[in-house]
Amino acid sequence: MTSGQRASRRRGLLLVAPALTVLALLTGYPALYVLWLSLQHRIPVFGIAEFAGLAHYWFLAQDPRFWNAAGTTGLFTLASVLLELVLGVLVALALYARPRGRRLGFSLLLLAWAMPAVVTAKLFEWLYHPAAGLVNVVLVGRALNWLGDPVLALPAVILADVWRTMPFVAILAYARLLTIPSELYEAAQVDGASRLGMLRYITLPLLRQILMIAVLFRTLDAVRAFDLMFVLTGGGPANTTETLTVYAYRGLFQMLQLGFGSAIGVIVFVLVMTVAWAYLRLLRREGLAA
Amino acid sequence: MKPLVRAIPDGLVVLGLIVYAVPFFWQLLTSFKPEAELLRLPPLLPTRLTLDHYRVVLEHSVIPRALANSLGIASLTTLGALVLGIPAAYAIARFPLPGKSLLLLAIVGSTAFPQIATVSPLYLILRFLGLRDTWLALVLAHTSFALPLTIWLLAGFIREIPPALEESAAVDGASTTQTLGQVVLPLLAPGLASTALLTFLFSWNEFLFAYTFTATEASRTVPVALALFPGVYEVPWGDIAAASMLASLPPILIVLVFQRHLVRGLLAGALRE
Repeated sequence: MTSGQRASRRRGLLLVAPALTVLALLTGYPALYVLWLSLQHRIPVFGIAEFAGLAHYWFLAQDPRFWNAAGTTGLFTLASVLLELVLGVLVALALYARPRGRRLGFSLLLLAWAMPAVVTAKLFEWLYHPAAGLVNVVLVGRALNWLGDPVLALPAVILADVWRTMPFVAILAYARLLTIPSELYEAAQVDGASRLGMLRYITLPLLRQILMIAVLFRTLDAVRAFDLMFVLTGGGPANTTETLTVYAYRGLFQMLQLGFGSAIGVIVFVLVMTVAWAYLRLLRREGLAA
Repeated sequence: MKPLVRAIPDGLVVLGLIVYAVPFFWQLLTSFKPEAELLRLPPLLPTRLTLDHYRVVLEHSVIPRALANSLGIASLTTLGALVLGIPAAYAIARFPLPGKSLLLLAIVGSTAFPQIATVSPLYLILRFLGLRDTWLALVLAHTSFALPLTIWLLAGFIREIPPALEESAAVDGASTTQTLGQVVLPLLAPGLASTALLTFLFSWNEFLFAYTFTATEASRTVPVALALFPGVYEVPWGDIAAASMLASLPPILIVLVFQRHLVRGLLAGALRE
C-alpha cells in the first residue's frame, strides 16, 4: 500500500466515523442490549432485575397465546403481501395503458402510501363503524361489527393494510413497465402474438425481478407491522388480531415485563433477519442466472 | 402493450379509482359535516358544510401542539441524518475502506431492524439519560432508522455522479471537505432532496417510538395525539376526521409538490444493490 492510498483510506475512515459511532450507539448497542434483556426477569416498577436464562423462551414455546400471535402474523403477512402483489400489478398495468387520469391516479396511490398508518387506521375505523360506517350502509345493508367480530376483524385489518401499501408494489411495477422497449411488443404483434400471450411471455417475465424485490420489502414490513392493528383493534377482539409485535408491546408496556416482552421482540428480530437473508440469497441466485 | 390492457374496460378502471379514493375523501367529507348529521346515513351528502370540527381541533385540542412537535422532531431528525450521513455516504461511495462490504451489509441490515425489538433497550437508555418525554429522545430514536436509510440512499446517488470533476478538483489542490462541499453537494442536490423528503416522511409518520417515549403534550407527535384523541361521552368522529386531515397535511403537500423527488427516493431505496 502506497502512502497515498493509506492517506486516502484514513480520510475515508474520518468521514465515516461520526455516523458509525452514532449508529453503533443507537442501533448496535440496543440490538445487543435487547438480547441481554430477554435473558432477564426485568420488572422496573417493582425494581426486579435478575438473570432468568432462557426461561422466557421456554415459557413462550409452550404459550398458546404466543403461537396464536405467530399464526396471526403469518396469516396477516401472507394475505396482505399476496393481495398487494396481485392488485399492485393490475394497477400498474392500468396506469401504463391509460395516459388520461394517470397523474391523478398516481398522486392518489402515493398519498395512501405516504400518510401515517395511524391516519389510515382512523379512516378505516370510521368506514367500519357498525351503525354509520360507509361499508355497512352501502355494501352490507346491516350493522356488522367489523372490528369487534372475531371472524371479521383480521380481514378488516388486512384490507386497510392492502389499501395503504399496495401502491408501493404498483409504483415499482409501473416504473419497470416504463423501461420495457415498445419494440418488443411491436415485434410480438408482427409475429401474431395475442394480448394475453404478450402479457404472459413478455411483460410478466420482465416484471419478475422487480416484483421479487417488492415482495421482499413488503414481507419485512408486514412481519414488523404494528401501528395499524394496534390502533384499529389493539389486538382484539379475543386476541384474534394480536400479532407478535402487538403481543410484544403488551408484554413490555402493559404487563410491564421488560424481559418477557424483549424475548418476543428478539423472536421478531430473528424472524425478520431470516426472511431478509433467505430473500437476499434467492435474489443473488436470480442475478447469477439472469 | 397498449391494446393489451384495453381488454379491461375503461369503466372498470374508473370505478376502481373511485372505490380506491373513497376512504380518504369520505374522511375529508366527514371533517366538514355538521355534528348532527354524522351518525345519520343515508343521505350520503351533508345538507351543509361546516368548519366547526377544525375550529374545535385547532382551539381546544392538543393537535396544534402535536403538529409543532412533529414538525420540529421530523426536521431535526432529517437535518441530523443528513449532516452525519453525507460524509459517511461520500466515504462509502468514493474511498477505499477496510471491510467495506461488511459495513454496507450492517447498514442495510439495520434498516430492516424491527422497532419492536429495539424499543425496550431504547426506552431504558432514554430513561437513564433523563430524556423521556423530550424532543431529543424522539430525534435520537428516529435517527436510529433515518441514518442508515440516508447513508444507503446517498451513497447510491453519489455513485451516479461521474468522479472526473472531483479528480480535477483534487489535482487543483482542493481538500476533501472543499471537494465535498463545492463539487459534490451541488451535483447531489436532487438526491439530497429525495433523501430528505423520505426521512422527513418516515419520522413524521412514526408511531411506536413516539407512543412509548412520550408522556405529555410536551413531546407527543401527531400520530400519537391522533391515536389518543379523547372523547368525553362518545367518539367525536368529526373532530377525529379533521385531526386526521391536519396530520396528513405534510404528506399531502410532499406528494403534490415534490412528487418527482419522492418517487425517485422510493425507487432508489428499493432498487439499489
